[in-house]
Amino acid sequence: MSIIKARQLGFQYLKYSDEEKEPEKIRAINSLDLDVEPGEFIAVLGHNGSGKSTLAKHINALLLPTSGTIWIDGRNTAEEKELWKIRQKAGMVFQNPDNQIIGTVVEEDAGFGPENLGVPTEDIWKRVDDALTKVGMQAFREKSPNRLSGGQKQRVAIAGVVAMRPQCIVLDEPTAMLDPDGRREVLKVVRELNEKENVTVILITHYMEEVVWADRVYVMDKGDLVMTGTPREIFAQVDRLKGYRLDVPEVTELAYKLNRAGYPVAPDLLTEEELRGAILALAEPGAENAMETVGEAAKAAGEETEEDAASASGKTGEAAGTGVGDSRGEIPLLETRRLCHDYGAGTVYASRALDDISVRIGHGEFIALIGHTGSGKSTFIQHLNGLLKPTAGEVLWEGCDITDKTFDIRNLRTRVGLVFQYPEHQLFETTILADVCFGPKNQGLDKAAAEAKARKALALTGIPESMYEESPFDISGGQKRRVAIAGVLAMNPQVLILDEPTAGLDPAGRDDILDCLKALQTEQGITILLVTHSMEDAARYADRLLVISDGRLLYDDTPRQVFRHYKALESIGLAAPRMTYLMHELKAAGLPVSAEAMTVDEAYHEILRVLERKSSHA
Amino acid sequence: MRDVTLGQYYPSDSILHRLDARVKFLGTLIYIVALFLVKGTLGYVFMTAVLLTLMVLTRVPFRIILGGLKPLTVILVVTVLFNLLLTPGDEIFRFGFISITVQGVQVAVRMAIRLMYLVLGSSLMTLTTTPNQLTDGMEKLFAPLSRIHVPVHEIAMMMSIALRFIPILMEETDKIRQAQIARGADFESGSFLRRLKAMIPLLVPLFVSAFRRANDLAMAMESRCYHGGDGRTQMKPLRYAARDYTAYAVLLVLLGISIFFRICGASLPGGKLI
Repeated sequence: MSIIKARQLGFQYLKYSDEEKEPEKIRAINSLDLDVEPGEFIAVLGHNGSGKSTLAKHINALLLPTSGTIWIDGRNTAEEKELWKIRQKAGMVFQNPDNQIIGTVVEEDAGFGPENLGVPTEDIWKRVDDALTKVGMQAFREKSPNRLSGGQKQRVAIAGVVAMRPQCIVLDEPTAMLDPDGRREVLKVVRELNEKENVTVILITHYMEEVVWADRVYVMDKGDLVMTGTPREIFAQVDRLKGYRLDVPEVTELAYKLNRAGYPVAPDLLTEEELRGAILALAEPGAENAMETVGEAAKAAGEETEEDAASASGKTGEAAGTGVGDSRGEIPLLETRRLCHDYGAGTVYASRALDDISVRIGHGEFIALIGHTGSGKSTFIQHLNGLLKPTAGEVLWEGCDITDKTFDIRNLRTRVGLVFQYPEHQLFETTILADVCFGPKNQGLDKAAAEAKARKALALTGIPESMYEESPFDISGGQKRRVAIAGVLAMNPQVLILDEPTAGLDPAGRDDILDCLKALQTEQGITILLVTHSMEDAARYADRLLVISDGRLLYDDTPRQVFRHYKALESIGLAAPRMTYLMHELKAAGLPVSAEAMTVDEAYHEILRVLERKSSHA
Repeated sequence: MRDVTLGQYYPSDSILHRLDARVKFLGTLIYIVALFLVKGTLGYVFMTAVLLTLMVLTRVPFRIILGGLKPLTVILVVTVLFNLLLTPGDEIFRFGFISITVQGVQVAVRMAIRLMYLVLGSSLMTLTTTPNQLTDGMEKLFAPLSRIHVPVHEIAMMMSIALRFIPILMEETDKIRQAQIARGADFESGSFLRRLKAMIPLLVPLFVSAFRRANDLAMAMESRCYHGGDGRTQMKPLRYAARDYTAYAVLLVLLGISIFFRICGASLPGGKLI
């Protein structure tokens, strides 16, 4: 028997707006049939607003269908007497790790569900023990949830559900707000629960890489189930997925491109090993080239060691100070000199967050800043517009020390725009236009001038004029994000700093934001400093890459140069882009490719170049 | 920011830490009653002895306990001055229109002692009891009130959720503040009205966020089968141990002695001093 079964499931709600009396009917789910077998791992993909969260809430009976029926383990969610049984059988984990932990101590949170079910005290302790062990959080059982990382909090939330002994767990974008480490932790726990405990998993996500292990993938669009199949079947349809504002894993995209170019590579490869095997098989016939291959590879390897040695020696001194955009002698736009920052300076709890960071930032650069959570990235960027004061060292704007008493710090804040994480959380006005005007008005501009600036900023971030009078709380997540960025942009900054501007967005939303930033750099000449966790984004967009670890600046160079040190990056818990790994592996296997490629496009052209040369040789 | 908790619990393994929260709660009430009952110098000597013993028993550094008096300074000074200057009686000193009387000095000293002991005594409870234990204890203590339809369980649940979210919301306030400063907001200068107006960009997002969190949390609680206190079991039910009964006995003795001082305190040696 299916654990989840739905027939013609539909859900619609009424949206009330002040002006019109007639409320608008919105269909979140149209008519959906669903059959999930016990023990399956199902992934649900769909852009923001496609109806996937609404579907998730139906499985847990948080929402009841307005048409059709859904059964959980044979129980109709519309029947009230089944409610608690259904919620026990189908547990749910939500997106925001902070907002779903009820207990003030980890173990008490895990015990919350069983308490509600009326489980006897001794059994609760057994269940809590068991649940915390399964998610690997035993060591933290007496800690306050506020002291945990995002990934740990989500594991606590999962433990809270596991302690209820569910047959099925629904996870609604559990990794959207996490860093890569947190994402990995959570995914590992979810997969283990599925494999070892045979718990049915419904995983809703925006990250295509998380879907590769699923037994089946559902794709939703505008309230309809538009595709179902194995990950392989789904990802083979690259163009169709992109039409639904989704994406495919990079490996699949490269395989697909090679296939399109006429090479016999299956377009549905999911893992690096598969793709590597396929590409090497293509190159195989050219056995007589083997000698040349080995020679070239050795030569390339030699070059690499030299470079590694050179930069390693540079690293010990002035953190690989080969800054790309900095023209020595000329005064840079923004500069830090031996910047240090201690938290709790002067107390016994003092801890060094930044240690001796010297960076020169010039006009019109696109710089990516990469580092672990807690590496000091956020502390660093808050120095650049004077929100934090250095403990030692200097921050200079056009050569002037910003901590100087005569320096106009409020003027600096308009020159250096800072967009925090989840900037849409600072929106507060009644209309989009009024909200964007907030910054310019603080600059002392009158209404007309402020509005002119706001309009320009909104146009640059791609918000259509028809929306200007709407409430910033009524629009989609991606649009809110762009309005918030416009709010900073309207102040006419010369440098725009963004702390993970793509967090929590769907793939198309991520691309929209990044493309918009690139345009700001190339067309408006604004210097962009992008704080990100994604090596792929850094490779695709940035001209220069800063790597911070433990408060120290490790690298300051072009992404290509930095990614040469992928081994060193791994040792500090970071990595190079996937494509760089693939190219290194191909090279190690004897294919005469250069390992420089970082993006799918670069890898594609490089592989094509080598393969074409091979065929012409043959 | 993350470390802000109400009542500054100080972790340790003292006998007071191990006592049931209900004992400590009722104990604090009895202590306060006793403090206002006693009369005569010996009575106050007795209360001083009680307070000192408890302070030693908590194993919390004196520096931290006495730190609790800091916010009290202004009230203390005002109370002492008022009583000192405005109590009529046998004059001992006069300077212009200022007159100080024997009774004034007595009342001032008495008030100062009572206020300080009150704050010190009750801070011993918050220092040795986690907010959670306190909520649980009060829920159980006030459970009989639910018969007359006081939502005791719900109030306790609200308190513990508030305790969990206070640090989160404080951190959020800080973030929004920084973000608005980065957009040129000015929270520091200008008239009172201007500054009040400047709070709007801070308060609106904070409220929106608080409501969003409340909504999320309600959903998370419902999805984990929360449906009020009915049929709910407890992971950490409160059970009295032998030491708790001993503590109640000690408290009764304390109450008895303080009643004794109330009746006879004034006639004991030094009774008229304070």
